[in-house]
Amino acid sequence: MFDDTIAAISTAVSASGIGIIRMSGVRALEIADQVYRSKKKGKRLVDVPTHTIHYGHIYDRDGIVDEVLVMVMRGPRTFTGEDTVEIDCHGGIYAMKKVLDAVLGHGARIAEPGEFTKRAFFNGRLDLSQAEAVMDVIQSKDRYALKNSIQQLRGSVKDRIIQIRKVILREIARIECALDDPEHMSLDGYGEQLREIVNVQRQEIDRLLSTVESGKIIREGVKTVILGKPNAGKSSLLNVLVGEDKAIVTSIPGTTRDVLEEYIHFGGITLHVVDTAGIRETADIVENIGVEKALDQAGQADLLLYVADASVPLDENDLRIIEMIRDKQAVVLVNKSDLPAVVGVDTLEALTGKTVISVSAKEGSGLERLRSCVESMFFQGSLDLPEDVYITSLRHKNALEEARESLDQVSESLDAGMPEDFYSIDLMHAYETLGYILGESVDEDVINEIFESFCVGK
Amino acid sequence: MSQLVREYQVVVVGAGHAGCEAGLACARLGLETIIFTVSVDSIALMPCNPNIGGSSKGHLVRDLDALGGEMGKNIDATFIQSKMLNKSKGPAVHSLRAQADKQAYTNRMRKTLEVTQHLTVKQGEVARIIVEDGKVKGVETYSKAVYHCQAVILCTGTYLRARCIYGDVSMHTGPNGLQSADYLTDSLKELGLDMLRFKTGTPARIDGNTIDYEKMERQSGDDVVRPFSFSTQAEEIQKEQVPCWLTYTNEKTHEIIRRNLDRSPLYAGVIEGTGPRYCPSIEDKVVRFSDKDRHQVFIEPEGLYTSEMYVGGMSSSLPEDVQYEMYRTVPGLEHAEIVRSAYAIEYDCIDPRQLDPTLEIRSIHGLFSAGQFNGSSGYEEAAAQGLIAGINAAMEILGREMLTLDRSQSYIGVLIDDLVTKENKEPYRMMTSRAEYRLLLRQDNADLRLREIGYQIGLVSEEEYRHVLWKKEKIQEEIKRTQKTYIGGGEDVQRFLREHKSAALKSGATLADLIRRPELDYEMLRGLDEGRPDLPLDVREQVNIHIKYEGYIQRQKKQVQQFEKLEKKRLPEDIDYEKIPNLRNEARQKLSLYRPVSLGQASRISGVSPSDISVLMVYLMAQ
Repeated sequence: MFDDTIAAISTAVSASGIGIIRMSGVRALEIADQVYRSKKKGKRLVDVPTHTIHYGHIYDRDGIVDEVLVMVMRGPRTFTGEDTVEIDCHGGIYAMKKVLDAVLGHGARIAEPGEFTKRAFFNGRLDLSQAEAVMDVIQSKDRYALKNSIQQLRGSVKDRIIQIRKVILREIARIECALDDPEHMSLDGYGEQLREIVNVQRQEIDRLLSTVESGKIIREGVKTVILGKPNAGKSSLLNVLVGEDKAIVTSIPGTTRDVLEEYIHFGGITLHVVDTAGIRETADIVENIGVEKALDQAGQADLLLYVADASVPLDENDLRIIEMIRDKQAVVLVNKSDLPAVVGVDTLEALTGKTVISVSAKEGSGLERLRSCVESMFFQGSLDLPEDVYITSLRHKNALEEARESLDQVSESLDAGMPEDFYSIDLMHAYETLGYILGESVDEDVINEIFESFCVGK
Repeated sequence: MSQLVREYQVVVVGAGHAGCEAGLACARLGLETIIFTVSVDSIALMPCNPNIGGSSKGHLVRDLDALGGEMGKNIDATFIQSKMLNKSKGPAVHSLRAQADKQAYTNRMRKTLEVTQHLTVKQGEVARIIVEDGKVKGVETYSKAVYHCQAVILCTGTYLRARCIYGDVSMHTGPNGLQSADYLTDSLKELGLDMLRFKTGTPARIDGNTIDYEKMERQSGDDVVRPFSFSTQAEEIQKEQVPCWLTYTNEKTHEIIRRNLDRSPLYAGVIEGTGPRYCPSIEDKVVRFSDKDRHQVFIEPEGLYTSEMYVGGMSSSLPEDVQYEMYRTVPGLEHAEIVRSAYAIEYDCIDPRQLDPTLEIRSIHGLFSAGQFNGSSGYEEAAAQGLIAGINAAMEILGREMLTLDRSQSYIGVLIDDLVTKENKEPYRMMTSRAEYRLLLRQDNADLRLREIGYQIGLVSEEEYRHVLWKKEKIQEEIKRTQKTYIGGGEDVQRFLREHKSAALKSGATLADLIRRPELDYEMLRGLDEGRPDLPLDVREQVNIHIKYEGYIQRQKKQVQQFEKLEKKRLPEDIDYEKIPNLRNEARQKLSLYRPVSLGQASRISGVSPSDISVLMVYLMAQ
């Protein structure tokens, strides 16, 4: 009933670097054959018996990507009921991403949130009574993915996409307006003008794509920001959290120097603490860049840890932070429980409505409670699976590539001397695709732009 | 008190472009039909621009004609100038526009209504719709006469509680000073319908004898006129045409407008209705596009029966004295005498999201509506809806399946889907950019797309239908032939290619390969194509388009397949959105209120997200 093939990383990305790429759909085996090579030459996955495992390597254009085990399962005895291939990767997060890229490059498409489950349901592999659960998954994952899809875009990237779309929209409107009102608007000589505009925007997209490739923006983990006024003990708390098990603190190499991404495996959950120039400054974010900037950071976080100082009275900074965390997932940590308390747990509970935990960074106490608190937030669904975040960045890449193809198509139409109305078809597609990254629908944009920017009418 | 009581099957309220099509469709399908109009002299009146068609509107007329409507035939019989617009662009946006002789247009349509069997025309104002148990039972006129019927089609145009505004003066009349209809709105409100108030306007008419055409650019029609209707033979309608004229406003004009803005009811806030952005008044243009130092003004004849000229591009609601002053700054209009002043008109209409795509009002069985009453604008938009509403009223009474055209079948489908699905804040005008599958919805293939449907409904004759089948066959045969016809690289061929600045052939190529080259086409290659059969122009055109744009057309067809998947998933009429868990609240409200008929339509309602659609899919599967 579905005629395309979907793929995704199906296990949560973890520091161990072992993960599975799952692919499901009519072309799953065929696509796997495009990227897989067995040790013994000439083995084709389309020919092997169902429910068998095969050793080999995944290749992309540049050569070997990873050493893998591939499991081949033909429908209907699979989770989704469709032909399914699972590629068990060993080479870490980066390699997994490359494997996924490789199958996407051969005609699979990235799975929507909850789509494997959805297919399982539609193919009769799940009990009807599970329908509600499926719907739950679709909605919650979608909300999460969409939220992240947009938040994950750093300000500058987002602004550039908005800018590209704006330029494209103007050109669509110009063409459409001239088509609607040929006697009011002429497109003489417009082709050359458009060619230049398309070239520039195509380069813009290329530039964005190159940052996706080289920056390797991998953002799995629950995005966490630690807040607190100066000297509340954020840095020392972070040190304790990190120091608790130094072996599981990961700095992802290969990211640019000024973007350091820290991963703290906290209980069973990965917390992802992002900062622009080292953890220290994140800890001192209020001191260094002020509450305003902190607010901005906090707005994009999935989890906030608010560190309050038990030994001094609450001040204006505390009140602003309390305001800031009101509608967010947050835990309040009352630090310095080893010192005489001026601020009580009860007071903070009443003020924030959040879980308040008394800790001492100095003595390392209270951390166990923090761990179980974060864990239960996760399992209750207040914090969501980190894998979606990873997928959305690939979505962005796919969307950018698709938009680039559409612009290429415009250039081809220009070269072939096609009439102007053909240009706007592909411009429109580029515009829509880029809008998908921003989570924006297109609807009346063109019509509105026509009336905004061009003087039309009888 | 005794009263007049009559029996009909269908009552059509209004005899404008929508009402005429609706009434004709019902009567032609054999139903006893009566059309009410406030004035029999204003049947198919064109109170605004004196033309039919234009970009995307021309498509509507072609589509309507292919289904068996009247508008195309009527304009073919009464045009005084005709032009195919966008000829230098792709075939999807070629669009026919004809200047009409307004009086002739009206007369011919009136005559057509009069000679159609089962159709009665009646002057009178319908004041009340009689509804029992959610079903239409009839109408009551202002004079308390009762007409029983099984279906009512509301085509009230701009007449409901109409008010015309001329600068600081306003009058409670319909267009052209005709009587407004002041009672029906209350009846509709009592039936629970949500009403809106829209605004539109029209420019002044000037006495042609006072215009100096020497100072204007002449705009002529095409040398060879193409008919609108697939039933009209081109050779029968070639005739001497009348020119239109182009001139421009200037800084002086703009200065006068700016100086008098405080006297514009629009800017002074006197008008409450929502006006259309695509017909901005000249005041609007001057204010919003202040960097433009001139605006085009088209002077178009109203007909052969009069010297009145329509002043396109200068609609205005400024007071009379200002109108005189500003028109006279325009080259050629220095001594212009205004016959009719420009005015704005406000009227009641419904929020069309209360309609099913069949144009039946969801809450009242047997009540249909079409045209400006549904919040659209334009003669063509009105006629297209009128035809569909008429067809569906008839289908309902005859117990047959109703007709819904989707967005991939016809511009009419796009029009109606937009109206019943999207929020409309201004009168809706058809635009080519609204049709996402326009490469398939060309005006040249309307017969290939829709004749069969018209035939099945019963508005297209056996003969006309057979002709389309024949045409389809010929097109396919000829496409195949061009794909199989091999053109060698001989000297005559290479010379031909050189002459047309086309690359030389290394080895041979098929005829289709050569047609595909941008600088060549089917007609040009006649000389190299010895075995070419003698085919009519419309067949040859189709062959050329098919081959030349095949890649694009295939891509669009694929998109349509995607689109159809959701479109074919019908939502049960009794679906209770309150009982579906996991829908977001906004989606639940919108879906409950607007009750889309398919998942596809649901997906186009603003506020319904893709994940809501997934949830609906899962829910439907679970049922």
